[in-house]
Amino acid sequence: MTGKDQCVRRETLVKRPSMSETIVCTPSVEAACVTKTRPASGQNSPFRKNIHSLLLWQLWVWLRLPNGSLVCFVSAAEGHIVAELTHLDRLEAESIHIMREVISDAENPVMLYSVGKDSAVMLHLAMKAFYPSVPPFPLMHVDTTWKFKEMIAFRDRKAAEIGMDLIVHTNQDGVEQGVGPFTHGSSLHTDIMKTTALKQALNKYKFDLAFGGARRDEEKSRAKERICSFRTAEHRWDPKNQRPELWSLYNTRIRKGESIRCFPLSNWTELDIWQYIRKENIEIVPLYYAAKRPVVEWEGSQIMVDDDRVPEALRVTAVEKYVRFRTLGCYPLTGAVESRADTLEDIIQEMLLTTSSERQGRTIDRDQAASMEKKKQEGYF
Amino acid sequence: MSHQSDLIAEDISAYLEAHENKSLLRFITCGSVDDGKSTLIGRLLYDSKMIFEDQLDALETDSKKHGTQGDQIDFALLVDGLAAEREQGITIDVAYRFFSTDKRKFIVADTPGHEQYTRNMATGASTADLAILMIDARKGILTQTRRHSFIASSLGIRKLVLAINKMDLVEYDEAIYNNIEQDFLEFAQELNAGIEIQAIPMSALAGDNITSNSANTPWYSGPALMEYLETVPVGDERMAAPFRMPVQWVNRPNLDFRGFSGQIASGTIKPGDRIKTLPSAKETTVERVVVHGGDLKEAVAGQSVTLTFADEVDTSRGDVICAASEPAEVADQFQARILWMSDDAMLPGRRYIMKMGSKSVTALVSGLKYQIDVNTLQDKPGKTLALNEVGVCTLGLDQPIAFDPYDINRETGGFILIDRLTNNTVGLGLLDFALRRAGNIHWQALDVDRETLAEQKEQKPAVLWFTGLSGSGKSTIANALQKKLYSMGKHTFVLDGDNVRHGLNRDLGFTDEDRVENIRRVSNVAKLMSDAGLITLVSFISPFRSERRMARNMMTDGEFVEIHVDTPLDVAEQRDVKGLYKRARAGEIKNFTGIDSPYEPPQSPEITINTVNSTAEEGADQIVKWMQDKGFFS
Repeated sequence: MTGKDQCVRRETLVKRPSMSETIVCTPSVEAACVTKTRPASGQNSPFRKNIHSLLLWQLWVWLRLPNGSLVCFVSAAEGHIVAELTHLDRLEAESIHIMREVISDAENPVMLYSVGKDSAVMLHLAMKAFYPSVPPFPLMHVDTTWKFKEMIAFRDRKAAEIGMDLIVHTNQDGVEQGVGPFTHGSSLHTDIMKTTALKQALNKYKFDLAFGGARRDEEKSRAKERICSFRTAEHRWDPKNQRPELWSLYNTRIRKGESIRCFPLSNWTELDIWQYIRKENIEIVPLYYAAKRPVVEWEGSQIMVDDDRVPEALRVTAVEKYVRFRTLGCYPLTGAVESRADTLEDIIQEMLLTTSSERQGRTIDRDQAASMEKKKQEGYF
Repeated sequence: MSHQSDLIAEDISAYLEAHENKSLLRFITCGSVDDGKSTLIGRLLYDSKMIFEDQLDALETDSKKHGTQGDQIDFALLVDGLAAEREQGITIDVAYRFFSTDKRKFIVADTPGHEQYTRNMATGASTADLAILMIDARKGILTQTRRHSFIASSLGIRKLVLAINKMDLVEYDEAIYNNIEQDFLEFAQELNAGIEIQAIPMSALAGDNITSNSANTPWYSGPALMEYLETVPVGDERMAAPFRMPVQWVNRPNLDFRGFSGQIASGTIKPGDRIKTLPSAKETTVERVVVHGGDLKEAVAGQSVTLTFADEVDTSRGDVICAASEPAEVADQFQARILWMSDDAMLPGRRYIMKMGSKSVTALVSGLKYQIDVNTLQDKPGKTLALNEVGVCTLGLDQPIAFDPYDINRETGGFILIDRLTNNTVGLGLLDFALRRAGNIHWQALDVDRETLAEQKEQKPAVLWFTGLSGSGKSTIANALQKKLYSMGKHTFVLDGDNVRHGLNRDLGFTDEDRVENIRRVSNVAKLMSDAGLITLVSFISPFRSERRMARNMMTDGEFVEIHVDTPLDVAEQRDVKGLYKRARAGEIKNFTGIDSPYEPPQSPEITINTVNSTAEEGADQIVKWMQDKGFFS
């Protein structure tokens, strides 16, 4: 069978309203051949509901059938008169929709701000969503005390510029016990200074809705998490008992003590994030750009010597290298990559040509394939 | 990575310009694991070079550990995300995947194929532009193919790809392909009109007709799957439809600005357009289309904007802004198709929260007209809808809402139903039309009744009937339990034998007849309290089985909970908190239960509490646990 045959067969059996439409008219109209130019939106056409909106022209062919009825064949060419939304437009509109929707039902919302590039995009979207109002919720940063100094400076300046309240929470018990990645290892440190600290903060301020910047493309278990993800009063996530999300309708109803984590960037990919940063000219922490920085080798990663808490034996091995960071977290847990990419274009180019996925720079979920899912069930964001 | 156009290396800026303007196609894949669905998605990701080297390493390790393809790479493992799924080798939820080519960005909703996951498929379909139906060439059109086609077309998907897979296992036989396509096209006439179907012979495992046309099917001259996905028009019918925008948020930064924020569901809008807000039906003119970074001259379906009006028109969250010339309909009685998504069946006569657009209202499912068998598409009679069942229902709301029929507008005609007690999303619905003549049929039934009262209190009413000897600890346990329930936010009341005898039953003594009358009155009071939605704790000796049975029969099924506070006579007598046993033994009190009047212990109480070895606190905990297990609190 040829392609043409197949096409004909398909069209005769199944209606294809966007390309050709058959309309039976009253027999009083004379057979005629009409060429007609139509406006893009076609406001006054009786056929508007059935015919594709983006029409450049249509050819209408009228034929009288033996039984006296008149048939009109319409063939049309499509064009882009009304600007079509790009994938970035659609992602932006969706994220804004999500934010506006969920804060309306929440009593005490907060935006978790990690100072990274995803947070930067999320914050930018929040400003757009509520403009000209300032976003009606505070920012909260869970500070493990091991973040890069540049991150902290950036965070404070950004919050002040926008005029949003900034809550900084640190697990003081952990600080008193001297918990840190060098002494306690990455998983215990993350558990105490990040997961526990986050739960502490959510309990302390009684937030019932927390925005987070996680994306579904980051990791397999995130691919199945909802945009609005329900948490029990103990902050647990039950992957087998998630609320279905239909259309753009979000069910954020909860009872006292329970909460919702909302991920407005769920459908963005890493490339989308970078493209959007470039398109919207969003400021990000300079650590993402390559520069000469002192790094040492620790547990298989190149980490930056950001302060004197790097054990001295390690510190003396520091060498100056051109490096940058693909993700930002606690400095001893965030591996640097050697790079000369010091512009956004270079970073994106490097990302597109690179061969290792984004989270590899982080030590957290390398141990076992499903480890992130476990952490999330326990309350890791 | 996929974007291997030489452009990336040579001229990244030009590349980015081109890629900023890519369009987006969202599609869903339907079929079961056996049909090779996950394999297909894994293959699409793999062939579009969306897999990084470290992921590939992990995949090879995983393939050897869990894979079903021997030493070959098992693409399905790329896609099946959750640990439980990897162990069981099945896909149990909706997973979203992302990939892009030089022409388009794609979001794939990967959903399970079995009938018990119909709701998951519907979830994925609700946001998809296109569906890929997987068919095993060896098996042809199966019941599940029909089910998937029905759900996809019901949810408004207008483009179907018939992926006739595993062609390698039927020696790429053209006749087999043609038969399957023909069978399907015949069946497709039962689906909604206006569906476009593209059949493609393929092998996801071997890679035939996925990214390029295969030499194994020289008789097939249609597009390869990727070519089709990259070029099929994403006809945005929403742009041509009349303007609709549900108001999400009223934007009031200061006294000089009052805007209405929302995402345009359909149509276009520009300053000067006449609009009508529904359901209030006030008309005005759009003054500005506000977005961050400057006003727009025109905004189109899909964009999130903030509108300001020329006049002060009272508009709030949940209202729908419509083109004044073509407004949506407003009604409070509907016919709708409902797909049930909860383990607890849909019962006509129950109230749910209905969310549509940005509006939440109370909805009563007033009747189920008939069920639709998702496998045969035939109507069948039914009284309830169980999980994954579809039915045509009539709905009554507590207030009118603006809507369009779902088949005309997905955004203003699709809704979810939420259980008022558990807050779970229990159903999805597609509005078909308003029932105009029935304007007053059912709202009467929405009067406040016992169910409403209980729902308001977020609990299931119960009569906790404590029976046992005097001094057994009934009241102590009941009081401890009441404190616990109170701290859990539950609404309770204790009916205590002593208290009631001081008032309502002051005229009754302790003869057998009076004891029966005592229990009859108390049972009636308890019944009234449970009708009011309360958890009632009745603490009465109630020595006779027959009157306890009378009390039980008076209550709604499942609400009577008999709790035997099992304290042996000698222990109770030893405690003798009120000194009554001593007086009874001395002959000062007649007809004292256990001494000169019998106690008939319950034969099969719901709960037995042993007070000899445990405290009242422990007894109360035991009851809370039991109630939790039996679903009284959820």
